[in-house]
Amino acid sequence: MVALFNILVFPGFIFLGVYALLFEFLDRRIYARLQNRMGPPWFQPLADFLKLIGKEAVIPAEADKKVFPALPIFALAAVTTAFLYVPIWSGNSLLPFSGDLIVVLYLLTIPTLTFFLAGWYSTSVYATVGSMRALTQLFSYEVPLFMALLAPALLADSWSISGISQFYAAHPLYILINIPAFVVAIVSCQGKLERVPFDMPEAETEIVSGTFVEYSGRFYAVFRMAIDAELVVVAAIIAAIFLPFFTANPVVGFILFVVKTIIILFILAVFRSVMARIRIEQMVKFCWKYLVPLAIIQIIVNILLKGVLPL
Amino acid sequence: MRKGPGKITGEALRHVFAKPATISYPAGELVIDKNYRGRINFDASKCIGCKLCVRDCPANAITIDNLGTKEEKKMQLTLNYAHCIFCCQCVDSCNKDAISFEPNIELAGTSRKDMIVKL
Amino acid sequence: MAKNLVIPIGPQHPSLKEPACFTITLEGEKVVNAVVGTGYNHRGLEKACEARTFIQDLYIIERVCGICSHIHSTTFCQAVEELAGVEITRRAAYIRTIMAELERLHSHLLWLGIAGHEVGFDTLLMYSWRDRELVLDVLAALGGNRVNYGINTIGGVRRDVTPELIEQIRKVADIVEERNKYYIQLALSETTLAARLGGIGKLSHDDAIKFGAVGPVSRAAEVPDDIRVTDPYAAYDEVPVTAITDNHADVFGRTVVRVLEIMESVKMIRFCLDNLPEGDIVTKVPRKIPEGEVLIRTEAPRGEDAHYVRSNGTDKPDRVRVRAASEANWHGMKHMLEGDYLADVPIIIAAIDPCYSCTDRAIILDNHDTGEQSVTDWRSLREYSINWYKVRGIDTSKIKIAYSPLIF
Ligand code: SF4
Ligand code: SF4
Repeated sequence: MVALFNILVFPGFIFLGVYALLFEFLDRRIYARLQNRMGPPWFQPLADFLKLIGKEAVIPAEADKKVFPALPIFALAAVTTAFLYVPIWSGNSLLPFSGDLIVVLYLLTIPTLTFFLAGWYSTSVYATVGSMRALTQLFSYEVPLFMALLAPALLADSWSISGISQFYAAHPLYILINIPAFVVAIVSCQGKLERVPFDMPEAETEIVSGTFVEYSGRFYAVFRMAIDAELVVVAAIIAAIFLPFFTANPVVGFILFVVKTIIILFILAVFRSVMARIRIEQMVKFCWKYLVPLAIIQIIVNILLKGVLPL
Repeated sequence: MRKGPGKITGEALRHVFAKPATISYPAGELVIDKNYRGRINFDASKCIGCKLCVRDCPANAITIDNLGTKEEKKMQLTLNYAHCIFCCQCVDSCNKDAISFEPNIELAGTSRKDMIVKL
Repeated sequence: MAKNLVIPIGPQHPSLKEPACFTITLEGEKVVNAVVGTGYNHRGLEKACEARTFIQDLYIIERVCGICSHIHSTTFCQAVEELAGVEITRRAAYIRTIMAELERLHSHLLWLGIAGHEVGFDTLLMYSWRDRELVLDVLAALGGNRVNYGINTIGGVRRDVTPELIEQIRKVADIVEERNKYYIQLALSETTLAARLGGIGKLSHDDAIKFGAVGPVSRAAEVPDDIRVTDPYAAYDEVPVTAITDNHADVFGRTVVRVLEIMESVKMIRFCLDNLPEGDIVTKVPRKIPEGEVLIRTEAPRGEDAHYVRSNGTDKPDRVRVRAASEANWHGMKHMLEGDYLADVPIIIAAIDPCYSCTDRAIILDNHDTGEQSVTDWRSLREYSINWYKVRGIDTSKIKIAYSPLIF
């Protein structure tokens, strides 16, 4: 019963849904304020979601009738599962196990793959170009992102997010070592979340909305939800690994979680508002030329330090 | 000048706590210049029925009718707001100052019939 | 994948503000062939002008373009004044010049925002449009509307500038200058912007001349063609104008030309306000315009604008021909697009600051091989559409359409 409650309500499905909508609102609001605009009211993401649910959902005649509607569900399910392994109210997540970091990273790859498949199965030219871009992009940011998240894990000698959190909570000064990895993670997760400057798979002004161009109604609503939820999960993981401050009190711990994720969100929002979208080949170059070497250096430094530092 | 990405960051962060440049419509306060061309007003007592305004209106939005008799004129201006482009050429054309405008732009209606007004 | 992908950009596309269709053939992400298809927006403006009086045409002509509306009406007024042999007062000429330069400010700020939006830099869009809003406000105070100001009339201008307005314009000019300095700095130092704008949409000096490019597109290729300098009109014979040129010959060059032109315009506005002559603002012009024909060229924010007006001695023109600036710039578009990436297509199109409906006229299809010409008129188009839908099981022939007597 408790497990069911955990999975469905808190911290599972419903909480994630509500928090994702809140995050979308905050993201849009901060983005608007950075641009000197009013921004949407708090219920706008919910209103958008409900409106989309109520709209007719069209499946293109050429698209695969079974795969096409299933893909958004896959994306949302993968993200929701990943959320169960992220610490929320304390240093421990709901179901921690050794190696859950790797599992979460792979779970987070699934949405991108569904985006690719979504584009591919809709068979529209815009969607095809978008899905090719999504895949090309995947190969560029995934490597630095993985390395940036594994470097702290190496130092902490733990492969679970909770373990890493607890390690850094015990040794707060070691967080400073991971600052380059933090930067790499922030930059490359913009790619994962398909936000400016790495939003080429959607690139509204170029390929309409890329992979999602044929999606409408409730299918698109679920996709949107998956994207928002992914934003929450990514922010929560980065917060857990790079800002591991928490207390024993679950309520205070939860408030701390909210504050930390909002800080990460703010950084992400600033990041997306201050740059132009770059071209796909520029992005590949940028990732392999700057991000990957930086992440490799971080890993090497962490391995060396591990031998030297008193742990 | 050093080159780099994200040059606008300082400017953007400065705006987070600044007053937004947009207002929430219709709740916010509209600032419209007094010279702005909006609602057309008609003073029937000044009109002599020369129909210069009708002739010059580029949108054919105006009709002038005399509801009274030749001696005792009772002019009526029928304006189709859906056609009117708010150029105010009619205001300029009228030698008798019978037509004027005011900066009122909230003239929307829900049916085409609402847009034809008798002034 | 050997097969080339053909992507239609348009007729409905988020990056196009008006319908037009660019058929792009891709090899990977590279454009190997581009076909520019305009003509979706034919409004029959020229024909409509022939059916109305000169005074009424003024407002039709003003609506040729939503952004450079003043320059179109100025051109038309000049043409009619030339035909009537009327010289407008200096004060009217100065007011027209002030309006034209304010319009250039707002047009270029708008373009800067659009360019930012096309490359995903929405913050730039919001900032430059916010600043443009100040210009629009002062245009509304001066002209009476935010766009289509309607300040021109045949023989002068309809509204005078008051001392308070002069103050307001000065204030706006100061703010815009200040903000524009920041944008220049931003355009020159922001790497993501430079990476997206630099080196794309190349149109070299020779090509610019060959394709007859005008305005910022040609000036960015060091063609010093600016009607304000070469063939001064309104008050430009007294106002010091410099034609801004640049040697990049790409989208970045066009950006530089435009932001620098904003600075020039601010200077010109100040000069006009300082040297505003006293006098009347309108000269009387008879309703019936003497017989004759005239071609007037002016410099719109997008480039050279040319109007041809022929009168037959009545109060209605016999023929009006509008050659908007974008029309001249379309010819080089195919050349600019080919060889660049798909991602660059929207910004290259946007870089000429295109106006689709200003450009679209009735199209005559010319078969190069046989020399045959064909025109599809409204009725046969409608028949075609009815048949098209009938095959697909929808009967649209019952829908009533009001045929305008003007068109037939
Ligand atoms: S121009 Fe003036 S006076 Fe003449 S009909 Fe119109 S409103 Fe009346
Ligand atoms: S404002 Fe212009 S369009 Fe409207 S009625 Fe007057 S002349 Fe006609």
